[in-house]
Amino acid sequence: MEVRKDQYNAYVTAVTPVHSVAKNTMYAFLSGGIVCTLGEFVMEYLKGRGAEEQAAGVWTLLLLIFVSVVLTGLNIFQKIARVCGAGVLVPITGFANSVASPALEYKAEGQVFGIGCRIFAIAGPVILYGTLASGALGTLYWLGTVMGL
Amino acid sequence: MQAGKSSVQFDKPPIVTAAASIVGEKEGKGPIGNCFDQIEPDPMFGKKSWEEAESELQRRTAEVCLSKAGLTPEDIRYLFAGDLLGQIVATSFGVGSLEIPMFGLYGACSTMGESMVLGSMTVGAGYADRIMAMASSHFASAERQFRFPLAYGNQRPLSSTWTVTGCGSVIIEKADGYSMENGNMPLAKITGITCGKVVDMQFRDSMNMGAAMAMAAVDTILQNFRDFAVVPGCYDKIITGDLGLTGRKILCDFTEQAGYDLKGIHMDCGLRIFDCENQDTHSGGSGCGCSAATLCGYILPRLQSREWKKVLFVPTGALLSPVSFNEGRSVPGIAHAVVLESI
Repeated sequence: MEVRKDQYNAYVTAVTPVHSVAKNTMYAFLSGGIVCTLGEFVMEYLKGRGAEEQAAGVWTLLLLIFVSVVLTGLNIFQKIARVCGAGVLVPITGFANSVASPALEYKAEGQVFGIGCRIFAIAGPVILYGTLASGALGTLYWLGTVMGL
Repeated sequence: MQAGKSSVQFDKPPIVTAAASIVGEKEGKGPIGNCFDQIEPDPMFGKKSWEEAESELQRRTAEVCLSKAGLTPEDIRYLFAGDLLGQIVATSFGVGSLEIPMFGLYGACSTMGESMVLGSMTVGAGYADRIMAMASSHFASAERQFRFPLAYGNQRPLSSTWTVTGCGSVIIEKADGYSMENGNMPLAKITGITCGKVVDMQFRDSMNMGAAMAMAAVDTILQNFRDFAVVPGCYDKIITGDLGLTGRKILCDFTEQAGYDLKGIHMDCGLRIFDCENQDTHSGGSGCGCSAATLCGYILPRLQSREWKKVLFVPTGALLSPVSFNEGRSVPGIAHAVVLESI
């Protein structure tokens, strides 16, 4: 039986079920909103206690990272992420999880070849290309100021 | 005797005399949970790493199988075994202590089929009186090998499958001289095999293994029909390994195009071992352990009780590695078929 391979891929796409984009978007919107609102509460509270705007922001980030890492360690984060998706993965919570989870996974291979080599297995590309992109944009900004834009 | 292009019909069919299966807790809570010999609630199997856990799973399953048969490792001439991990370390570290001469096999999730094919050929040809065939997979070690760290938060696509934590082991021996005293009724006989070939549909989605493997299953099943000049009606069940919902749909569509309606007699181990709806496994179960444990716990007992007279057992494998996938290669499939008949 001859099956054309290009047709096979199109056929598979047609018969493979996919998640509902509308539902996923709604969950992501709601959960992302909740994460940001919580962050906002913390920040306003800290400011109310006399912290400067920037310091309050940094403490808020640290708190969100801390909570994500603890939830990752307790195997709770991925259960939340399975439902909420981008809502918890796009904020800094997702970044914290992507660093904490390989650290937990690879600790059996030792401090150097396990955690050391692989802790950035998922976040590495984001860090590398994020740094590269910010460098490129910074250069453009600097050129713009030199040219008096 | 060679049959057709890629099959063997045994003049003296080897018999399956014992089978054992051990699975993890999730599989134990599945629809056929009560069929397995042991359900281990500790995913670490008392060990320090997932890989060690899978090795322990294999060792323990082999021992349960031996004890059910009333044999010691010295009674087994060869062991044919494999798993999913790189360099099949779960097997090598698991069965070393048994000191049985071993062939380590890799056929991805089709490994149970491959080991039974080679094992029954060895026994059928008279090169061994008794062998053991075994395959295992572990959810956590497979996730780590092929996907993401366990604690990483991601959303699995609906086409993805859930790797079974489980191991199945069978003892295959020659029928001549087998004593049925003490009620040692063999489970089934192996009357033929069909060796599958690598089928590459240039399909690249590693999260849709069912689609990657379905055409290999179609190829092997149709080859089996041609080689033995049989029709689907000759089998009570045609049982694939881990095609899942998507793969089953593809299998039924393409075999129908070839003129055979398999919907009524097809069963997929991946769809049998989990309740996809309630156990959040999406497309179904997968892994070497999926077909291996289902064979030992669910299929062979039904052949022994003659509920089924003849089945075609077709474990399916997706032949990818993390490197081949990252380098943009496709995900080819393979499937090996074993003809099992009641005695």
